[in-house]
Amino acid sequence: MAYRWTNDLTHDDVTSQSAFLNRRQIMAGMAGLGLGAMAGGAQAQEALQPNSWDEVTSYNNFYEFGTGKDDPADNAHLLTTSPWSVTIDGLVDRPGAYDFKDILSEMTIEERIYRFRCVEAWSMVVPWNGFELADLLAMAGVQDSAKYVAFETLYRPDEMPGTAYRVLDWPYREGLRLDEAMNPLTLMATGIFGKDLPNQNGAPLRLVVPWKYGFKSIKSIVRITLSDQQPPTSWNMSNSREYGFYSNVNPQVSHPRWSQSSERRIGGGLFSKRQPTLMFNGYEGEVASMYDGMDLAEFI
Amino acid sequence: MRDRLNQLLRRLPTWVVYGLGLLPAPWLFYQGLTGGLGVEPIKALEHEYGELALQLLVLGLAITPLRKYLRVNLLKFRRAVGLLCFSYVSCHLLVWLLLDVQLPEQIVADIIKRPYITIGMAGFLLLLPLALTSNNWSIRRLGPSWRKLHRASYVIGVLGAVHFVMLVKGLQLEPLIYLALIVGLLLLRLPVRRIRPTSSPRRQRA
Repeated sequence: MAYRWTNDLTHDDVTSQSAFLNRRQIMAGMAGLGLGAMAGGAQAQEALQPNSWDEVTSYNNFYEFGTGKDDPADNAHLLTTSPWSVTIDGLVDRPGAYDFKDILSEMTIEERIYRFRCVEAWSMVVPWNGFELADLLAMAGVQDSAKYVAFETLYRPDEMPGTAYRVLDWPYREGLRLDEAMNPLTLMATGIFGKDLPNQNGAPLRLVVPWKYGFKSIKSIVRITLSDQQPPTSWNMSNSREYGFYSNVNPQVSHPRWSQSSERRIGGGLFSKRQPTLMFNGYEGEVASMYDGMDLAEFI
Repeated sequence: MRDRLNQLLRRLPTWVVYGLGLLPAPWLFYQGLTGGLGVEPIKALEHEYGELALQLLVLGLAITPLRKYLRVNLLKFRRAVGLLCFSYVSCHLLVWLLLDVQLPEQIVADIIKRPYITIGMAGFLLLLPLALTSNNWSIRRLGPSWRKLHRASYVIGVLGAVHFVMLVKGLQLEPLIYLALIVGLLLLRLPVRRIRPTSSPRRQRA
């Protein structure tokens, strides 16, 4: 079922790149004149202006292609994304290898403009195209005993130069609790800006969980496994003190490496100011109830 | 070959080293301003300055072993290399303070709470007296204790490399290479007989 969640912004806000730049310059000018306060009402909306195509596609973490921010953009062309199939197995009624084209033919692609918050304390706003994970899971038929969903990224060393180093225990793995996976916000993205997903952004199919730190939004997915056990996840396996299973964006819980109380929006240049980080990355209304009764300082 | 190189080095004035060495600082800043460092120029600039400082640390620590083992004499440039290293560490720190963290209360919290930042700051504080005494007057004034004081550079080298190893996510190769280089250069300073494979230290102890 598509269109369960409505964007805060219209399509015009995404496509009109030049208008976006003009507006930013105007805002900057106003700030300089001390007129920022006058634009108070518009400010919340300004914060959700999408980043540019260049920003979204040139600054990525995709360690299979290297640990530098520009490595994915430089190396991801090596990746073959067609043919592509996703194995859905575990506690499902219809397990098997699903061809990506067949999945697409069953799904309704919609646009979702989401905040994207990296655990490294930078952020973007990305106009994604995709479908709800809930719809894909319904296609495979989730059994009642399933409690968790595990995801795996492709591991193909000859196309992924970064995997030559054991920065992480490949393949990259992530997971969600079933209710998180079924939340209408949880997206399987197939594109950005109305175009196919560039390889560095996780082509052809990636997860987007906008209220969690970016590393939860696993890229280039080849396997989805339903299970009754909490699955192991890559960053948690590498350093459990720093990366919890939940990894919800939470300005009150400091990461051992970075303060999470503020973030820097990509694209503001050398003198870009930090902005406060929002609880659940601004999606508190949509997702907070899933964590009722949980101590979020303990379940990081 | 080596004699030619040493001759050339003897003729090279130190101001050339200072001049060339300082050039990247404003150049990188300009690149950051004009988009040459990508869409997140603050982190990029911070990283570039930090990495240059580490490279100068490696070079500085290589001067003695180069002279001892390869008889290439860079001694004349050691002060320049050290002061350049201090300049880039300062640039790195300033970018972190003013452009990256920005918030004074968070700066203090970061230094106390985050071990890689504590280690980095310790390295900077140790570097400060070395930079201040990198002049002829201090050398005369301090006498033999000047040499002792400047052995702090060994500790600074290790602190700098460990800072880099700790700040990256996961076990990455590049910072480990710096750490290996710096530890290697320090090991070369040990008396030769101790690292010769024929005399195993275990047997010596027994």
